[in-house]
Amino acid sequence: MRLDVKKTYKLFIGGAFPRSESGRSYEIKNKRGQFIANPAQASRKDLRDAVLAAKNAHPGWSGATAFNRGQILYRIAEMLEGRTSQFVDEIVATTGVTSSVAKQEVSAAIDRWVWYAGWCDKITSVSGNNNPIAGPYYNFTIPESLGVIGIVAEEKDSLIGLVRSLAPIIAGGNTSVLIASQSRPLAAVTLAEVLATSDLPAGVVNILTGIKTELAPWLASHMEIDGLDLSGIDSIAELRVSGAENLKRIHTFEKDVSPERILAFMEYKTIWHPVGI
Amino acid sequence: MSGLIDGSERSLLTFLENLPGVDKVGADNRATMLGTRSIKTSSKSMAIDLAISMIDLTTLEGADTPGKVRSLAAKAVRPDPTDPSVPSVGAICVYNDMVEVARKYLDAFGGTQIPVAAVSTAFPSGRASMAVKIQDTKDAISAGASEIDMVIDRGAFLSGRLMEVFEEIREIKEVCSNEAHLKVILETGELATYDNVRRASYLAMLAGADFIKTSTGKVSPAATPSVVLVMLEAVRDFYRLTGQRIGVKPAGGIRTTKDAIKQLVLVNETAGSDWLNPNLFRIGASALLNDLLLQRMKLKSGHYSSANYVTVD
Amino acid sequence: MNKFEYAPAPESRSVVKIQKDYDLFIGGKFVSANSNKRFTTINPATEEILSKVSLANGKDVDRAVKAARTALNKTWAKTKPKERAKYLYRIARILQERAREFAVLESLDNGKPIRESRDVDIPLAAAHFFYHAGWADKLEYAGFGDRPRPHGVVGQIIPWNFPLLMLSWKIAPALATGNTVVLKPAETTPLTALLFAEVCQQAELPDGVVNIITGDGSTGAALVNHKDIDKVAFTGSTEVGKLIACSIAERGIPATLELGGKGANIVFDDAPIDEAVEGIVNGIFFNQGHVCCAGSRLLLQENIADEFLIRLKDRMTKIRVGDPLDKNTDLGAINSSAQLAKIKEISDSGDKEGATLWSAPCSLPAKGFWYPPTIFTGVTQAHRIAREEIFGPVLSILTFRTPREAIEKANNTPYGLSAGIWTEKGSKILWAAQQLKAGVIWANTFNKFDPASPFGGYKESGWGREGGRHGLGAYLKIGKGAK
Repeated sequence: MRLDVKKTYKLFIGGAFPRSESGRSYEIKNKRGQFIANPAQASRKDLRDAVLAAKNAHPGWSGATAFNRGQILYRIAEMLEGRTSQFVDEIVATTGVTSSVAKQEVSAAIDRWVWYAGWCDKITSVSGNNNPIAGPYYNFTIPESLGVIGIVAEEKDSLIGLVRSLAPIIAGGNTSVLIASQSRPLAAVTLAEVLATSDLPAGVVNILTGIKTELAPWLASHMEIDGLDLSGIDSIAELRVSGAENLKRIHTFEKDVSPERILAFMEYKTIWHPVGI
Repeated sequence: MSGLIDGSERSLLTFLENLPGVDKVGADNRATMLGTRSIKTSSKSMAIDLAISMIDLTTLEGADTPGKVRSLAAKAVRPDPTDPSVPSVGAICVYNDMVEVARKYLDAFGGTQIPVAAVSTAFPSGRASMAVKIQDTKDAISAGASEIDMVIDRGAFLSGRLMEVFEEIREIKEVCSNEAHLKVILETGELATYDNVRRASYLAMLAGADFIKTSTGKVSPAATPSVVLVMLEAVRDFYRLTGQRIGVKPAGGIRTTKDAIKQLVLVNETAGSDWLNPNLFRIGASALLNDLLLQRMKLKSGHYSSANYVTVD
Repeated sequence: MNKFEYAPAPESRSVVKIQKDYDLFIGGKFVSANSNKRFTTINPATEEILSKVSLANGKDVDRAVKAARTALNKTWAKTKPKERAKYLYRIARILQERAREFAVLESLDNGKPIRESRDVDIPLAAAHFFYHAGWADKLEYAGFGDRPRPHGVVGQIIPWNFPLLMLSWKIAPALATGNTVVLKPAETTPLTALLFAEVCQQAELPDGVVNIITGDGSTGAALVNHKDIDKVAFTGSTEVGKLIACSIAERGIPATLELGGKGANIVFDDAPIDEAVEGIVNGIFFNQGHVCCAGSRLLLQENIADEFLIRLKDRMTKIRVGDPLDKNTDLGAINSSAQLAKIKEISDSGDKEGATLWSAPCSLPAKGFWYPPTIFTGVTQAHRIAREEIFGPVLSILTFRTPREAIEKANNTPYGLSAGIWTEKGSKILWAAQQLKAGVIWANTFNKFDPASPFGGYKESGWGREGGRHGLGAYLKIGKGAK
């Protein structure tokens, strides 16, 4: 009998897969209480590094053409498709659902990436417009990416929940620091491996595993973070207060899939210019 | 030469190309805003008298007769026969063939100090040979004109033959020499853009114009506040560059006291009060004078006057 | 040489009738405040007391919110959208009819030149109602899903710099989208809001749809903290904006925040220079610089800096400072002694930190609050005057060598409300506009406003937009949540 070579579940920061600088890890068990893995338990310093990576990646990612971003998001779907069975295994292992239920979740996740891939070069058209102002000026409004977005991913739906938050945020040209499902982080780490092989520039997505209540306050108070998707954490009032320090745009979402999720983390820019010879 | 260019075509073109652009909407906004200045009571009476003294009282009709020019001369000297406190106008402006008549009657009516301006160089189109334009100017001066209002060749300007326009002005300036002041009519209504108005203003100043003038009065639009603003900015900046003060003459479309006062406000807040005298600012007009006189009467008497109290010509 | 002095041309005050004192406008009627307290509002140009207005306390706020809630449930929610539209059109028309009255009152209470209140504030306020009126019955076509719904009762707090205009920015979209409002005008400029209450009565707007409560910071805090408001809309300082964000954290209600700014006006060496000078002047001296989107930092390309400064100073000497009611005044009074003290304090810091101050020579009236048009040269990014919002007629001037450096400096601030670009080169305009982190970018113009144009900031300049289609969205529940 051959012994499995098990994966070490590490963090994903700036395109690399480091362990936590703190040296910590924590134990993940399945429903029956059996050991599954020891993912890294990220520290505030890991979070700081992740934010820096995201910040540095933002000019390039937001400056890429929308067509290019769309291609990369589609590429993520392609890579995910090829790894379907691995995700199914991990979802089954951590949640105990049947493999057909897990398969459905993976398929849905792939389809979300495809859906948001298509939005990259359309969101500006449907949400920006020309403004008919009363004067000799050309005036138009376009959405732009906000910057670095912190995400606390949903706890239960470890893959699809994460994709629901992440895909629209990077579709809009933002970069992100994502805190994965605490109890079911495996899909997030494997997704990082997908992202790393999808032509997505390093730092656009950074994924941390660990204790949400330990990390989220640092995310909420970090002044380089421009917005927060707090869909995956309860009791967010205090996080909102921390976020008010630099007026972060803070949102939570139901399980909706909507262009509003892209626009929630975009900022409208209006430009005026005189018209005349 | 002003020292800004060396007289070569290349230096002229380089200079004109390097002028900053004019943003139309911004220039219009500024001119409109200055148009909202409210000039009342004492400042209004001062402005009215100043405007009267700046008028180039003009008749440029094919149907002009010596009799009409005689009336014009009389009115130029004493705009309001019943009120000697009204100043004389700045000049009278006529076609070449009327210069002699104009000079004669001005002198006869006691207006020896009032200059006669002649429109020259194949006015208003400027479409004639250089020889004709030079002769036209010489005729005017020998008939007694001390101011020459020449038109530029807009066709040459618009097709980029700037040196040709420059030379033309320079040659006419030579003819004028010390005997006549040279006003260069840009005919801004045909120049299409404010950028061109600015370039043409500098071109004229570089070539030796004593005044730059907006229009012949035969083309609309003529002396719009925005165009005058751009020209005033040009003379202001030219003075900073060379120490030379060049005059500005809006002409065409200025018919009411309100229009005239707006022009004075433009001068005051653009080129500055140094330009607020007939040596550096003139208004080419005919109907305007009567409106100024009516407003002047209103200010003095406190009630609105009637056209019956001003002379028809 | 003739000196052309302009004789005084004061606008007549007789068009306005200011009452000795004012009550609160709640439920369609003027009612006396529970607090029994009043405070004075003065003319900042003369320090003359204009009137006494009521100071609303927590109970008054509660009454107003209840009135708004009742109006929402009983009448406004049942009013057909097309009828809502017609109320707004009526208001727009009445504002136009009574425009001169509003303009004079605004200038009296605020200190701004009549030229601006007459030509900018009041016409734009009316235009805002006219614009939003048309939206009221077309919301399902606005791109926010097919069933956008109002939030409910909106608490609104407005600043003193554009009193009636900010009121219209708040009330017009709120009403068009079917919300009812409780609005608190600024402490120093309550009078046009109270006159607006009369307009609501003339327009026969149902009682309680608009409630106007005067007061101070404590009134505003009571409104924001009221448990029964569904949304907050605030225009004011970033400092207070952050406090509001904290106080609504627990309830999680939405907020629109229009906050401070430190707008950079970038002049490249190929700018249309005379219009750029005008734009810089308009950018910082419009409304005494009491403008959140003011172009308070001038970034000059080094090779034209000296030349530009000569022109700018020359132009500044032509600014006419004085009586706000004089039709020829360009720069009026500073709104309050507190604001004047703040301007002086920051300006003094500029001096101390080694920047060079220059003020246009002008004589300032003896009474009232005044500050001359002022520039600082030799400013660096590290100076307080380059970082803090002065909210007065004070311009900080910096230079740059390359376009990239200009963008870096422009963006080097926690604010992100406005920016200006001056160049005749189209591709440079679009490049710079793309790089600048600001919600409103004026290229070859500055400080232009229109109801159809969204307004609002990036970063710490606020949340959301006001005006245009995008501003409408801030007053609607949108997305799937609305279904």
